[in-house]
Amino acid sequence: MQSLTAEATKTQKSQSTPKKTSETDKRFKTLDITIKRNHYRQDALIEILHKAQESFGYLEPEVLEYVARQLKLPLSRVYGVATFYHLFSLKPSGAHSCVVCLGTACYVKGSGKIMAALEEELGIKAGETTPDDKISLMAARCLGACGIAPAIVFDGTVAGKQEPEMVLERIKAWQSKT
Amino acid sequence: MDWTNLLEIAETEQKRQKSIRVHCCTSTGCRAANSLSVKQNLDNAVAESGLGDRVEVIGVGCMGFCGRGPLVQVDPEDLLYEEVTPENAPSIIEALDGGEAKPIKGDSQHPFFSRQMKIVRQHTGKVDPERIEEYIAVGGYQSLYKALYEMTPEQVVSEIGKSGLRGRGGGGYPTGLKWATVAKMPGKQKYVICNGDEGDPGAFMDRSVLESDPHLVLEGMAIAGYAVGADHGYIYVRAEYPLAIQRLQKAIQQAKKYGILGSQIFESPFDFKIDIRIGAGAFVCGEETALIQSIEGKRGNPVPRPPYPAESGLWGCPTLINNVETFANIAPIIREGAEWYVSIGTKNSKGTKIFALTGKIRNNGLIEVPMGITLREIVEEMGGGVPNGEVKAVQTGGPSGGCIPASLLDTPVDYDSLNKVGSMMGSGGMVVMDRETNMVEVARFYMEFCRGETCGKCVPCRTGTVQLYSLLTKILNKQATKTDLEKLETLSYMVKETSLCGLGISAPNPVLSTLRYFPQEYLELIQEDSLNSKVTV
Amino acid sequence: MSVRTLTIDGQPVAAIEGATILEAAKEGGIHIPTLCFLEGVSAVAACRMCLVEVEGINKLLPACVTKVSEEMVVHTNTPKLQEYRRMVIELLFSEGNHVCSICVANGNCELQDLAIEVGMDHTRFPYRFPDRGIDVSHPQFGIDHNRCILCTRCVRVCDEIEGAHVWDVAQRGAAAYIVSGLNQPWGEVEACTSCGKCVDACPTGAIFRKGTTTSEKARDRAKLEFLVNAREKHEWTR
Repeated sequence: MQSLTAEATKTQKSQSTPKKTSETDKRFKTLDITIKRNHYRQDALIEILHKAQESFGYLEPEVLEYVARQLKLPLSRVYGVATFYHLFSLKPSGAHSCVVCLGTACYVKGSGKIMAALEEELGIKAGETTPDDKISLMAARCLGACGIAPAIVFDGTVAGKQEPEMVLERIKAWQSKT
Repeated sequence: MDWTNLLEIAETEQKRQKSIRVHCCTSTGCRAANSLSVKQNLDNAVAESGLGDRVEVIGVGCMGFCGRGPLVQVDPEDLLYEEVTPENAPSIIEALDGGEAKPIKGDSQHPFFSRQMKIVRQHTGKVDPERIEEYIAVGGYQSLYKALYEMTPEQVVSEIGKSGLRGRGGGGYPTGLKWATVAKMPGKQKYVICNGDEGDPGAFMDRSVLESDPHLVLEGMAIAGYAVGADHGYIYVRAEYPLAIQRLQKAIQQAKKYGILGSQIFESPFDFKIDIRIGAGAFVCGEETALIQSIEGKRGNPVPRPPYPAESGLWGCPTLINNVETFANIAPIIREGAEWYVSIGTKNSKGTKIFALTGKIRNNGLIEVPMGITLREIVEEMGGGVPNGEVKAVQTGGPSGGCIPASLLDTPVDYDSLNKVGSMMGSGGMVVMDRETNMVEVARFYMEFCRGETCGKCVPCRTGTVQLYSLLTKILNKQATKTDLEKLETLSYMVKETSLCGLGISAPNPVLSTLRYFPQEYLELIQEDSLNSKVTV
Repeated sequence: MSVRTLTIDGQPVAAIEGATILEAAKEGGIHIPTLCFLEGVSAVAACRMCLVEVEGINKLLPACVTKVSEEMVVHTNTPKLQEYRRMVIELLFSEGNHVCSICVANGNCELQDLAIEVGMDHTRFPYRFPDRGIDVSHPQFGIDHNRCILCTRCVRVCDEIEGAHVWDVAQRGAAAYIVSGLNQPWGEVEACTSCGKCVDACPTGAIFRKGTTTSEKARDRAKLEFLVNAREKHEWTR
């Protein structure tokens, strides 16, 4: 196990962060438990990546390599799967997240305008994080909350019947907090 | 667990239930409007009022009228309250004891409700989805018992065949035929998959079923497992539906505890276990072969059919794959019989269909209607029409469907009629558009969606959607010529006819249907002289 | 093993049960254009070049994976198919940066050959001029993503014949690209055996040997078949 985790950190040549192994990093321990619970099955890759993202916040290269080695999967296969699915993120996300639903019902009711207002206010595009790492702006295909369109998710909580002004107010509150 | 036990649980539960049941929606829509605090305050009010011996508050699934949430409904009087706030919620309890209820009183006799026919959503909004006992109290799992002890697998398959049920995920393939194919396949290991990867923007029927009545789906899957000879089921739910996942997990646990799922179900030789698989944000995984790839832990790339999953599906084994709503129809059909089901709907489309009625419409929400009802009845009577405006078009079938113009509102809602007018039943999204909606923009909206969701495996879908999107943008920017318009049409047919899977095959539908019904809107954006049509190299 | 008789372009053909239309056609001397198909590895039916019309079936079927059946009537070269094949090639040309005159594969390129075969002299769609990058970190080989058509032949030979699975597809849709290892430079991927099978498999100039310049790419496609035969049938032909 130890040699495997050492292997996992090998590609991170330029990084000066201390070596993360299941011994030193609790998050790897959590990941190990999930992998064991799935009996190291290769078809559990997506479940395991979900768990990894949950505990690490995003899928950093060493985590992907660790998962690949544990499941004995080709690296490119793991990378291919991790980048195929929109919900997996290979970049760290901001302290707060704002997801704008751009599904049909929300779009018809003006969520496109909300997105435009947010992009202007934050100076970033959907899928990006502000330079100060405070806010990540994302677009969702459909949250299935069409009855309360347009719907926005602020830090995991769905809010319905939103308007640009209301949303900007929430965002500004995040921005002003230090 | 045997028949007597099942009845005992039902009886105990019926006795336990209080005479007045206050149902408070705790599903995603109402939850976003603070319904959890409403429920908390209702609970507190019951405790304070001392009515606890005859009143209980139950967190339930979706009542359908999502646009007016949070909703609270009181039985047996069938009082409906809309847009309830945590502040005025206690007055609902006070009203049970002579006080006056402050929240807006809804009209439970409104056509939005009265024109519905509930088979799948029969207990939705009435039972607590987190307690299996409530499901059993309304007759739950009796169909499974009946199938196991009174019917052979062949009889179950033939009953589903006779019912005329067709796939509710969009394609409309006869369910009985699919089951018969899997049942006839040789091989010891077979699988049942429930497709809960509801990805059409503007559709949330399956989410609502899973959140509101998860056991109904589990029961349907177990019956299917018995019928086709599978002992293992997977239910694939998109990660965007955390509440549905949580409630399914709970439901599976409870069913296992009672011996209704797992080994030797109802003490019969039949074993059936169900695992949940969570998607990770890929619309294409709603396509059955892509979904199977995803369950196997791979990229969700569709693979050519044949072989169909019924012959060679999950891990190469014969696999039955049906949608959530299809499975939710199974237990009622087994309970009431195929003849009853056949009496509902039209000649070739039996039963009911759930639609998510959204967009520019007064009454937003979920409705379950008998097949054959017209779009006009749905939009004008049930939906109450467009607020301050007129209907221009109704979009059905999501990115795979088409836009039906107002002039065709008398089209009956069934598989064949919707196909005939260039749209499709789809999974049940129904988005109403008013006169202000620009149809070319709508076409581009869906093309943007498909461009972003194509897996990229086959050439026409990967590159064709990009070119179609730029052609639509060019038209919207008033830079296009007639040649571009012709190109748009030619390329649409090419992508439709040559793509590998349903996503690509149906991606041009919104373009083709708007070209067919709203050509004027395209022509108005076209440059008359072809000065701009110089070859773009 | 029983035999199926069918008609392809009016010509009666006999094929073994389980054979594909493509195999049957080849047997009968009838040419069906292919691009992502590669003898010796699994077929993925992704390029859609080999689509054919089968009487009685209202959709076009990929010849590379569709099995023959008794009395099947196949048309491989109708005007509709010709038009669609041409469009596939046009779409591919507008998607990447395919500038033959400066390409290593010029004169030895399957995409170029097909363009000539289907009579594509220009593309009706605007060029997208992507900026996809080049990786020449490997000591012997290089990959120019601008010339890649995502046929995934390299992925399949590396996985199915060599067994190293260096390549896979990353991202999806228009953003999809061939990835080595964990999105590492090819030269740093330890799994790579430098066998060069991906160079032989690549139909265009996307994967090449270093040092080759315009029109110099030479392939040994037959080597792949030789290896497959050797492994599966234990027949060594070279």
